Amino acid sequence: MADSKLDRLTGAAAVPRKNGELVFDAPWQSRAFGLAVGLAERGVFDWEEFRSRLIAAVRESGADPGASPATLYYQQWLSALEALLCEKGLLEARDVATRASQFASGERDEAF
Amino acid sequence: MSDTHDHDHDGGHHPRPLSPIEARVRAVESLLLEKGLVSSDAIDRVVSAYEKDIGPLNGARAVARAWRDPQFKKRLLDDATAALRELGIGGLQGEHMIAVENTSKVHNVVVCTLCSCYPWPVLGLPPAWYKSAPYRSRMVKEPRAVLDEFGVKLDPSVEVRVWDSSAEIRYMVLPIRPKGGEGFGEEELAKLVTRDSMIGVATVALPR
Repeated sequence: MADSKLDRLTGAAAVPRKNGELVFDAPWQSRAFGLAVGLAERGVFDWEEFRSRLIAAVRESGADPGASPATLYYQQWLSALEALLCEKGLLEARDVATRASQFASGERDEAF
Repeated sequence: MSDTHDHDHDGGHHPRPLSPIEARVRAVESLLLEKGLVSSDAIDRVVSAYEKDIGPLNGARAVARAWRDPQFKKRLLDDATAALRELGIGGLQGEHMIAVENTSKVHNVVVCTLCSCYPWPVLGLPPAWYKSAPYRSRMVKEPRAVLDEFGVKLDPSVEVRVWDSSAEIRYMVLPIRPKGGEGFGEEELAKLVTRDSMIGVATVALPR
Protein backbone atom coordinates (compact mmCIF):
# COMPACT_ATOMS: atom_id res chain seq x y z
CA MET A 1 0.00 0.00 0.00
CA ALA A 2 0.90 3.62 0.25
CA ASP A 3 3.45 2.99 2.92
CA SER A 4 5.61 0.48 1.11
CA LYS A 5 7.31 3.34 -0.73
CA LEU A 6 8.41 4.87 2.51
CA ASP A 7 9.29 1.50 4.03
CA ARG A 8 11.89 1.11 1.30
CA LEU A 9 13.66 4.24 2.48
CA THR A 10 15.83 3.05 5.32
CA GLY A 11 18.80 4.26 7.34
CA ALA A 12 19.86 7.81 6.54
CA ALA A 13 17.40 7.86 3.63
CA ALA A 14 14.41 7.15 5.90
CA VAL A 15 11.79 9.91 6.04
CA PRO A 16 11.90 11.89 9.30
CA ARG A 17 9.20 10.70 11.65
CA LYS A 18 8.11 11.27 15.14
CA ASN A 19 6.16 8.42 16.60
CA GLY A 20 5.43 7.13 13.16
CA GLU A 21 4.00 10.37 11.91
CA LEU A 22 5.75 12.25 9.15
CA VAL A 23 7.59 15.33 10.32
CA PHE A 24 7.53 18.45 8.18
CA ASP A 25 9.05 21.63 9.59
CA ALA A 26 7.72 23.82 6.81
CA PRO A 27 5.16 23.63 4.01
CA TRP A 28 7.84 23.43 1.30
CA GLN A 29 8.93 20.10 2.78
CA SER A 30 5.52 18.51 2.48
CA ARG A 31 5.27 19.96 -1.03
CA ALA A 32 8.55 18.35 -2.03
CA PHE A 33 7.38 15.11 -0.44
CA GLY A 34 4.05 15.18 -2.27
CA LEU A 35 5.71 15.96 -5.59
CA ALA A 36 8.02 12.96 -5.53
CA VAL A 37 5.42 10.50 -4.25
CA GLY A 38 2.76 11.87 -6.58
CA LEU A 39 5.01 11.63 -9.64
CA ALA A 40 5.94 8.06 -8.76
CA GLU A 41 2.26 7.18 -8.27
CA ARG A 42 1.54 8.54 -11.74
CA GLY A 43 4.32 6.40 -13.16
CA VAL A 44 6.48 9.36 -14.21
CA PHE A 45 9.36 7.45 -12.65
CA ASP A 46 9.87 4.29 -10.65
CA TRP A 47 10.15 4.72 -6.91
CA GLU A 48 13.37 2.72 -7.09
CA GLU A 49 14.90 5.35 -9.38
CA PHE A 50 14.04 8.06 -6.90
CA ARG A 51 15.22 5.99 -3.98
CA SER A 52 18.70 5.49 -5.45
CA ARG A 53 19.04 9.25 -6.20
CA LEU A 54 17.92 10.04 -2.67
CA ILE A 55 20.51 7.70 -1.17
CA ALA A 56 23.17 9.36 -3.35
CA ALA A 57 22.00 12.84 -2.34
CA VAL A 58 22.08 11.90 1.34
CA ARG A 59 25.57 10.49 0.92
CA GLU A 60 26.89 13.52 -0.93
CA SER A 61 25.29 16.12 1.27
CA GLY A 62 27.49 17.54 3.99
CA ALA A 63 26.21 17.95 7.51
CA ASP A 64 24.56 21.27 8.16
CA PRO A 65 24.59 21.79 11.91
CA GLY A 66 22.33 24.82 11.54
CA ALA A 67 19.53 22.92 9.80
CA SER A 68 16.91 20.77 11.50
CA PRO A 69 16.95 17.08 10.52
CA ALA A 70 13.77 17.48 8.46
CA THR A 71 15.13 20.57 6.69
CA LEU A 72 18.36 18.83 5.77
CA TYR A 73 16.51 15.70 4.71
CA TYR A 74 14.05 17.47 2.42
CA GLN A 75 16.86 19.53 0.89
CA GLN A 76 18.42 16.21 -0.08
CA TRP A 77 15.03 14.94 -1.18
CA LEU A 78 14.53 17.94 -3.48
CA SER A 79 18.04 17.59 -4.92
CA ALA A 80 17.33 13.94 -5.69
CA LEU A 81 14.01 14.79 -7.32
CA GLU A 82 15.52 17.55 -9.46
CA ALA A 83 18.42 15.32 -10.50
CA LEU A 84 16.09 12.53 -11.56
CA LEU A 85 13.72 14.81 -13.47
CA CYS A 86 16.67 16.47 -15.23
CA GLU A 87 18.15 13.09 -16.17
CA LYS A 88 14.82 12.09 -17.63
CA GLY A 89 14.67 15.28 -19.64
CA LEU A 90 11.51 16.40 -17.85
CA LEU A 91 13.19 19.44 -16.31
CA GLU A 92 16.10 21.66 -17.25
CA ALA A 93 18.28 22.79 -14.38
CA ARG A 94 18.48 26.19 -16.09
CA ASP A 95 14.69 26.56 -16.13
CA VAL A 96 14.44 25.64 -12.47
CA ALA A 97 17.05 28.25 -11.56
CA THR A 98 15.35 30.93 -13.62
CA ARG A 99 11.94 30.21 -12.27
CA ALA A 100 13.18 29.96 -8.70
CA SER A 101 14.71 33.41 -8.95
CA GLN A 102 11.40 34.72 -10.30
CA PHE A 103 9.61 33.30 -7.28
CA ALA A 104 12.29 34.54 -4.89
CA SER A 105 12.13 38.07 -6.27
CA GLY A 106 8.34 38.14 -6.28
CA GLU A 107 8.24 38.57 -10.05
CA ARG A 108 6.20 35.38 -10.10
CA ASP A 109 3.63 34.89 -7.39
CA GLU A 110 1.09 32.32 -8.41
CA ALA A 111 -0.55 30.51 -5.60
CA PHE A 112 -0.89 26.77 -5.76
CA MET B 1 -7.19 24.90 -6.82
CA SER B 2 -5.57 27.19 -4.35
CA ASP B 3 -8.58 26.89 -2.07
CA THR B 4 -7.87 23.20 -1.54
CA HIS B 5 -4.28 23.91 -0.72
CA ASP B 6 -4.29 24.42 2.97
CA HIS B 7 -0.59 25.08 3.39
CA ASP B 8 -0.87 28.60 2.07
CA HIS B 9 -2.82 30.45 4.67
CA ASP B 10 -1.77 33.77 3.24
CA GLY B 11 -3.95 33.10 0.22
CA GLY B 12 -1.16 33.48 -2.28
CA HIS B 13 0.27 36.69 -0.91
CA HIS B 14 3.76 36.48 0.36
CA PRO B 15 4.35 39.02 3.07
CA ARG B 16 7.93 37.86 3.29
CA PRO B 17 10.23 36.87 0.46
CA LEU B 18 10.49 33.17 -0.25
CA SER B 19 13.65 31.51 0.94
CA PRO B 20 15.83 29.97 -1.79
CA ILE B 21 14.61 26.46 -1.02
CA GLU B 22 10.95 27.52 -0.97
CA ALA B 23 11.46 29.21 -4.31
CA ARG B 24 13.07 26.08 -5.73
CA VAL B 25 10.19 23.82 -4.69
CA ARG B 26 7.74 26.31 -6.20
CA ALA B 27 9.80 26.44 -9.37
CA VAL B 28 9.83 22.65 -9.73
CA GLU B 29 6.11 22.38 -9.00
CA SER B 30 5.21 25.19 -11.35
CA LEU B 31 7.27 23.76 -14.24
CA LEU B 32 5.77 20.30 -13.71
CA LEU B 33 2.27 21.76 -13.58
CA GLU B 34 2.87 23.44 -16.93
CA LYS B 35 3.97 20.15 -18.39
CA GLY B 36 0.87 18.48 -17.01
CA LEU B 37 2.93 15.99 -15.02
CA VAL B 38 1.31 16.82 -11.68
CA SER B 39 -1.65 18.69 -10.35
CA SER B 40 -1.75 20.68 -7.13
CA ASP B 41 -4.75 18.65 -6.03
CA ALA B 42 -2.87 15.42 -6.51
CA ILE B 43 0.01 16.67 -4.37
CA ASP B 44 -2.43 17.78 -1.67
CA ARG B 45 -4.03 14.36 -1.74
CA VAL B 46 -0.71 12.57 -1.44
CA VAL B 47 0.40 14.68 1.49
CA SER B 48 -2.84 14.36 3.39
CA ALA B 49 -3.06 10.61 2.73
CA TYR B 50 0.41 10.12 4.16
CA GLU B 51 -0.19 12.45 7.06
CA LYS B 52 -3.23 10.42 8.04
CA ASP B 53 -1.94 7.06 6.93
CA ILE B 54 -1.97 4.65 9.83
CA GLY B 55 0.29 2.36 7.87
CA PRO B 56 -0.20 -1.30 7.21
CA LEU B 57 -0.81 -3.56 10.13
CA ASN B 58 2.35 -5.47 9.41
CA GLY B 59 2.16 -7.06 12.81
CA ALA B 60 -1.12 -8.75 11.90
CA ARG B 61 0.66 -10.86 9.31
CA ALA B 62 3.19 -11.95 11.89
CA VAL B 63 0.45 -12.87 14.36
CA ALA B 64 -1.44 -14.90 11.75
CA ARG B 65 1.75 -16.68 10.72
CA ALA B 66 2.56 -17.47 14.34
CA TRP B 67 -0.91 -18.93 14.91
CA ARG B 68 -0.48 -21.31 11.99
CA ASP B 69 3.22 -22.07 12.14
CA PRO B 70 4.60 -23.21 15.52
CA GLN B 71 8.18 -22.89 14.30
CA PHE B 72 7.61 -19.28 13.29
CA LYS B 73 5.87 -18.62 16.59
CA LYS B 74 8.90 -19.89 18.45
CA ARG B 75 11.17 -17.63 16.41
CA LEU B 76 8.85 -14.67 16.95
CA LEU B 77 8.90 -15.14 20.71
CA ASP B 78 12.66 -15.79 20.75
CA ASP B 79 13.69 -12.85 18.58
CA ALA B 80 10.84 -10.82 17.17
CA THR B 81 13.13 -8.41 15.32
CA ALA B 82 14.58 -11.27 13.26
CA ALA B 83 11.24 -13.05 12.81
CA LEU B 84 9.58 -9.86 11.55
CA ARG B 85 12.45 -9.32 9.17
CA GLU B 86 11.73 -12.76 7.70
CA LEU B 87 8.34 -11.38 6.68
CA GLY B 88 9.97 -8.30 5.17
CA ILE B 89 8.89 -6.12 8.05
CA GLY B 90 11.75 -3.79 8.67
CA GLY B 91 12.11 -0.08 9.20
CA LEU B 92 12.79 -0.43 12.89
CA GLN B 93 15.38 2.21 13.53
CA GLY B 94 17.67 0.54 15.97
CA GLU B 95 14.88 -0.56 18.28
CA HIS B 96 14.68 -4.13 19.39
CA MET B 97 11.28 -5.74 19.03
CA ILE B 98 9.91 -8.19 21.58
CA ALA B 99 6.72 -10.21 21.15
CA VAL B 100 4.89 -11.34 24.28
CA GLU B 101 2.30 -14.11 24.14
CA ASN B 102 -1.14 -14.00 25.66
CA THR B 103 -2.32 -17.29 27.10
CA SER B 104 -5.17 -18.47 29.29
CA LYS B 105 -2.97 -17.59 32.27
CA VAL B 106 -1.24 -14.38 31.21
CA HIS B 107 -2.53 -11.24 29.56
CA ASN B 108 0.07 -8.79 28.23
CA VAL B 109 -0.44 -5.12 27.51
CA VAL B 110 1.93 -2.47 26.21
CA VAL B 111 2.38 1.10 27.30
CA CYS B 112 5.09 3.72 27.17
CA THR B 113 5.11 5.44 30.53
CA LEU B 114 7.77 8.03 29.73
CA CYS B 115 6.59 9.29 26.39
CA SER B 116 4.93 7.38 23.58
CA CYS B 117 7.41 4.86 22.19
CA TYR B 118 5.58 2.64 19.74
CA PRO B 119 6.65 0.15 17.07
CA TRP B 120 5.11 2.04 14.15
CA PRO B 121 6.70 -0.01 11.34
CA VAL B 122 4.93 -3.01 12.82
CA LEU B 123 1.70 -1.52 14.13
CA GLY B 124 1.19 1.60 12.03
CA LEU B 125 0.54 4.91 13.72
CA PRO B 126 -0.31 4.85 17.40
CA PRO B 127 -3.86 5.66 18.45
CA ALA B 128 -4.33 9.02 20.15
CA TRP B 129 -5.12 7.46 23.51
CA TYR B 130 -1.79 5.63 23.53
CA LYS B 131 -0.07 8.99 23.89
CA SER B 132 -2.46 10.30 26.50
CA ALA B 133 -1.24 10.86 30.04
CA PRO B 134 -4.17 8.96 31.67
CA TYR B 135 -3.50 5.80 29.65
CA ARG B 136 0.21 5.97 30.34
CA SER B 137 -0.13 6.43 34.08
CA ARG B 138 -3.23 4.36 34.75
CA MET B 139 -2.16 1.31 32.75
CA VAL B 140 0.67 0.82 35.23
CA LYS B 141 -1.30 1.58 38.38
CA GLU B 142 -4.59 -0.13 37.61
CA PRO B 143 -4.24 -2.21 34.46
CA ARG B 144 -7.29 -4.34 35.17
CA ALA B 145 -9.54 -1.32 35.46
CA VAL B 146 -8.19 0.20 32.24
CA LEU B 147 -8.52 -3.12 30.40
CA ASP B 148 -12.06 -3.42 31.66
CA GLU B 149 -12.85 0.01 30.19
CA PHE B 150 -11.44 -1.18 26.88
CA GLY B 151 -13.82 -4.13 27.09
CA VAL B 152 -11.26 -6.76 28.01
CA LYS B 153 -12.84 -8.82 30.79
CA LEU B 154 -10.25 -10.97 32.48
CA ASP B 155 -10.74 -13.75 34.94
CA PRO B 156 -9.20 -12.78 38.30
CA SER B 157 -6.85 -15.75 37.95
CA VAL B 158 -5.25 -14.27 34.84
CA GLU B 159 -1.98 -12.50 35.52
CA VAL B 160 -1.67 -9.09 33.84
CA ARG B 161 1.78 -8.10 32.64
CA VAL B 162 2.39 -4.51 31.63
CA TRP B 163 5.32 -3.88 29.31
CA ASP B 164 6.89 -0.44 29.20
CA SER B 165 8.20 0.43 25.74
CA SER B 166 11.32 2.49 25.49
CA ALA B 167 13.51 4.02 22.85
CA GLU B 168 15.46 0.75 22.68
CA ILE B 169 12.78 -1.88 23.17
CA ARG B 170 9.34 -2.01 21.59
CA TYR B 171 6.75 -4.64 22.38
CA MET B 172 3.92 -6.28 20.53
CA VAL B 173 1.38 -8.68 21.93
CA LEU B 174 0.71 -12.05 20.32
CA PRO B 175 -3.01 -12.37 21.08
CA ILE B 176 -4.84 -15.65 21.71
CA ARG B 177 -6.07 -17.25 18.50
CA PRO B 178 -9.85 -17.05 18.39
CA LYS B 179 -11.82 -20.26 18.64
CA GLY B 180 -13.74 -21.21 15.55
CA GLY B 181 -11.18 -20.04 13.01
CA GLU B 182 -9.44 -23.40 12.74
CA GLY B 183 -9.85 -23.67 9.00
CA PHE B 184 -8.79 -20.10 8.32
CA GLY B 185 -5.80 -19.33 6.14
CA GLU B 186 -3.14 -16.85 7.08
CA GLU B 187 -4.72 -14.00 5.19
CA GLU B 188 -8.15 -14.55 6.74
CA LEU B 189 -6.61 -14.72 10.19
CA ALA B 190 -4.53 -11.58 9.63
CA LYS B 191 -7.73 -9.66 8.89
CA LEU B 192 -9.04 -10.50 12.35
CA VAL B 193 -5.99 -9.11 14.11
CA THR B 194 -6.52 -5.51 15.16
CA ARG B 195 -4.00 -2.94 16.21
CA ASP B 196 -5.56 -2.83 19.67
CA SER B 197 -5.17 -6.58 20.09
CA MET B 198 -1.45 -6.24 19.43
CA ILE B 199 -1.20 -3.49 22.05
CA GLY B 200 -3.10 -5.76 24.40
CA VAL B 201 -6.22 -3.66 24.98
CA ALA B 202 -8.45 -5.97 22.93
CA THR B 203 -8.84 -9.65 22.23
CA VAL B 204 -9.31 -11.21 18.83
CA ALA B 205 -12.72 -12.58 17.98
CA LEU B 206 -14.37 -14.01 14.91
CA PRO B 207 -16.84 -11.68 13.23
CA ARG B 208 -20.37 -12.46 14.33
